[in-house]
Amino acid sequence: MYLDLLLSALGQGVIYAPMALGVFVAFRILNTPDLTIDGSFVFGMTVCAAVTVAGHPIPAIFAGVLAGSAAGLMTGALQTVFGVNPILSGILTLTGLYTVNYMVLGGQSNLYLQSWEPNAAGALVPVGSQTIYKMMATVMGKSQSAALLLSLLITFLAAAILIVFFKTRPGMAVRATGDNEEMVRSSSINADAARIGGIMIANALVALSGAILCQQQRYADLGSGSGMLVVGLASVIIGQALFRQSSVTLGIISAVAGSIIYRLILQVAYQIDMPSHMVKLLSALIVTIALILPQAKDKLAIMRLRHGGERSQSR
Amino acid sequence: MSVQLSIQHLSKCFEPNTPNRRVALDDLSLDVERGEFITILGSNGAGKSTLFNAILGKFLPDKGRIILDGDDITYWKDYKRAAHIGCLYQNPQWGTAPNMTIEENLALAYTRHASKSFFAVNRRDSAYFRELLATLGLGLENRMKTPMGMLSGGQRQAASLLMATIAKPKLLLLDEHTAALDPVTSRQVLKITAQIIAQNNLTALMITHDLHQAVSFGNRTIMLDAGRLVLDIGADERAGMTPRRLADLFAAKAKHLLSDRSLLSV
Repeated sequence: MYLDLLLSALGQGVIYAPMALGVFVAFRILNTPDLTIDGSFVFGMTVCAAVTVAGHPIPAIFAGVLAGSAAGLMTGALQTVFGVNPILSGILTLTGLYTVNYMVLGGQSNLYLQSWEPNAAGALVPVGSQTIYKMMATVMGKSQSAALLLSLLITFLAAAILIVFFKTRPGMAVRATGDNEEMVRSSSINADAARIGGIMIANALVALSGAILCQQQRYADLGSGSGMLVVGLASVIIGQALFRQSSVTLGIISAVAGSIIYRLILQVAYQIDMPSHMVKLLSALIVTIALILPQAKDKLAIMRLRHGGERSQSR
Repeated sequence: MSVQLSIQHLSKCFEPNTPNRRVALDDLSLDVERGEFITILGSNGAGKSTLFNAILGKFLPDKGRIILDGDDITYWKDYKRAAHIGCLYQNPQWGTAPNMTIEENLALAYTRHASKSFFAVNRRDSAYFRELLATLGLGLENRMKTPMGMLSGGQRQAASLLMATIAKPKLLLLDEHTAALDPVTSRQVLKITAQIIAQNNLTALMITHDLHQAVSFGNRTIMLDAGRLVLDIGADERAGMTPRRLADLFAAKAKHLLSDRSLLSV
């Protein structure tokens, strides 16, 4: 039973790991709170669903990723070219995306990955669309382990590409822009371009999660994106607490690990009969505690120092 | 000798048509010869930093032209001209990326001249960076993997200086780059500055509030007041110049005295 629990957490963790990487790129590398993330997750999902239903499961993943980067381009352009406040520009894109997503799903709020085809009797029956997970299962035979392996592979690839990218010159320009934008502005690097590129990468990663989730669960749902940002932040923070990383490479690895551990925490919570609507509250609590903890530690230390000081004076 | 930087009738007025109207640059013209190292004096609000920001393209001037090495850069985008201009500010934290290593910072600054390689940090360039860092005499060559944020202000400013000059810029702008450092470190960074400028035969402008520095560094001193050039002292005239005489000269030319900070150093 415990193995099941672990495998289930691992399976979900790796599907949401690219999303955590996207949050890591936006919040940690670029130092920008990007609220587009909730929207680009669903955008990746809906675009992927639409293309999958049309019968192209592999291009569907890429289409989803492209959709996410387009959302990032929008937010990035608002922030840089038009000088809109970063948080507001994310909210604007997010709000606009809701309508776009609704239209991509053909004017409905959810879509099963199936098409209606006539059976022998001539009646229309739903036929499940081909997905990359089904394809992998056909190759390997076992569907459960095939799904896990495929998600692992995708996440591994995304993380590897990201690690390599941040060591190249364009990647370093993105890192430097997040680290000290003033410096980049007085060097020969186009800081606006680096910022837009970084936000596009972040949202492309988030959309990748949405896309593979949609093929794995075989439906797309407009509501699935809400709170994703907090889930991603929770993963990044959990990973950070574990690894105490300073380098970008370690940060990327720890974000993936954080995503898996976050799902493990949820699985354990479900075991002790936590109703599923508690998930969001739990994620919010994890992030809040992680954000408060360092401050609380400092305050406690200062309090101890003050009390100690009084005692030694009164003697 | 040829002119490296030519400022022609540059004017800039901030917030025109309002009660806060402020003329920052007033028909300022200045020719800088190639290899010249000019120190710039002037009280607060005289237009020194505004002049630098105009050259760097942080804003566009109302009137006038900026010619750098024969190119009219007046309307170039800031990052495009940054490829030819190195710049250093008072705050050591402005010139470097704190969470990136010394090596990565230098690789970033060296981008245009770097060896072709897939990764930004490569062995050949790193060997060159190590050599350069060694010339600073601060032991930084053994700490290339250290994040820039771990260095002290003086070390960071020296490293920033390397970053600003590593791409052999056509012009180096120094905006009171040692003002935030303690006197000993300040002298050390100034020494390194003079050394780097001489070795690379750079054309440089240095803003300072220290009259001693103004006459002992570089080969020409100019003074700005209310956005105008009020004093231009060439090499010959500077030979016998003392900080006291400089202060008197300025007081005669300008409508008001130099700042207290400058006078303290007399």
